[in-house]
Amino acid sequence: MTPHLAPLTTADGLGVWIGALLTLCVFSFLYKDNPFYKVAEHLFVGVSAGYYIILYWWTSLYPNLYQPLVKAFAGHGVTARTGFLAAEQGDYRGWLMIPGVLGLLLFTRFFGRIGWLSRWPLAVIIGVYVGLQTTGFAQSDLVAQAQASMQPLWTGNLATSVNAIVFTVGLVTSLLFFFFSREHRGGLGVVSKIGIFFLMVSFGAGYGYTVMSRVSLLIGRFQFLLEDWLGIVR
Amino acid sequence: MSPLALEKLDRRWIFLAVGLLVLFPLLFPLALPLYVSPPVAAFVRAMDAIPNGSKVLMSCDYDPSATPEVVPMTRTAFRHLMDKDCKVIITVLWNGGPGLVDRVVRQIAEKEYPNKKYGVDYVNLGYKAGEEAVMVLMGQGILNAFPQDYRGNDTRSLPIMQGVRGYSSFPILVSISSGYPGTKEWVQQVQSRFHIPMVAGATAVSAPEYYPYLQSHQLLGLLGGMAGAAEYEKARHEKGSATRGMDAQSLAHYFVALCIVLGNVGMWSKRRRSGP
Repeated sequence: MTPHLAPLTTADGLGVWIGALLTLCVFSFLYKDNPFYKVAEHLFVGVSAGYYIILYWWTSLYPNLYQPLVKAFAGHGVTARTGFLAAEQGDYRGWLMIPGVLGLLLFTRFFGRIGWLSRWPLAVIIGVYVGLQTTGFAQSDLVAQAQASMQPLWTGNLATSVNAIVFTVGLVTSLLFFFFSREHRGGLGVVSKIGIFFLMVSFGAGYGYTVMSRVSLLIGRFQFLLEDWLGIVR
Repeated sequence: MSPLALEKLDRRWIFLAVGLLVLFPLLFPLALPLYVSPPVAAFVRAMDAIPNGSKVLMSCDYDPSATPEVVPMTRTAFRHLMDKDCKVIITVLWNGGPGLVDRVVRQIAEKEYPNKKYGVDYVNLGYKAGEEAVMVLMGQGILNAFPQDYRGNDTRSLPIMQGVRGYSSFPILVSISSGYPGTKEWVQQVQSRFHIPMVAGATAVSAPEYYPYLQSHQLLGLLGGMAGAAEYEKARHEKGSATRGMDAQSLAHYFVALCIVLGNVGMWSKRRRSGP
């Protein structure tokens, strides 16, 4: 278990050293808040802001808005068609002026009296996403899930049949737990208590998975420190 | 120590215990047994069933914060597809992810598959802002949504993109994600509309949300967290970082379970003393 520290002389090695020291700075917060943690935190926020501005420009604004508009203004056609407003499905060229202007209107929030103009693009954004979410949810979560819930209780195989019965009991009792138009007493009370049991099992599973996720992050950092930085484990 | 004393225990002792329990098996592996669960076996079967040489869409929707869970999945899935001579088209819908994904894929391709060429056998189309809107736009044409790849190449000029139109160009969609937008949105916007077969790998914290999709066969297979990644590595006879981390994972879970039991005993004891 001989250490092989990352070299400080290469760009990759320097990056590993910076990453390792910043990891230790963040870990120091587990003891208590301190200046090292603050440095790492502020560095992260600053670098992230710069990174995102550059990323959005080069991956979205430049190829999907600026370049098509330049082509449209220069008269380059879309396939065989020519002209500023020539377009085809998915390639809208000059028409991109509309989302471009709407995007700029978002910034009117910074100019007091005309700030209300920013509501127009927001209305478009909300409208589009509500439409997409509603249809997507209806198809995948409502219809498909309801369809998959309708299954035979006896499948010819004992194990899968028990699975189907447990699933159906859990589904029905959990749904009835959320029926609040009648007091949960008598038969409904018993059924809703069974529903609570199933809900608790699902919360427990969710908690277990959350623990696994968080522990994984710690493992990942330790692996980075031991393997990439210190070179103790290979 | 009385169970009630746990109430006054400084939480930093728990942090220290978890830290040591995670560190120890990373230095001295215990080789605890690992089994391939049905959702992971279904994932492997679905990937095996892809015709050799197909073009496959792989969406890697995560950023560095989920690296220990999703990067091992990405590595193994990418190797799986390369072994089948598939042409892999990668997209990223998380703004923090394209650089990380590019590094992971490039390292594997250059070291393990030197004959595979960028732009011919695999491509990283990079990040695109818009979440669900991008998914829908891709349905109208992948090239329109991604006029340039992550490296700034014109995608229309890349050999791998020839003949690629919408989702019908792919026999399967591989989604590896760590939240929004991710597997849920791919199921809602793409799988349910375009009826493209789909498999998913997800962080453990989001995996429980996707099990209903597995039950309904909207997902053909599912890798949940580091455990799912480790099982996938085992099924593929690899020994990657997820497998190496599973001993630490198990010990940490035992400790958390012990803390829960002790906490409940303490609470029960306190209630008993204070009366009804």
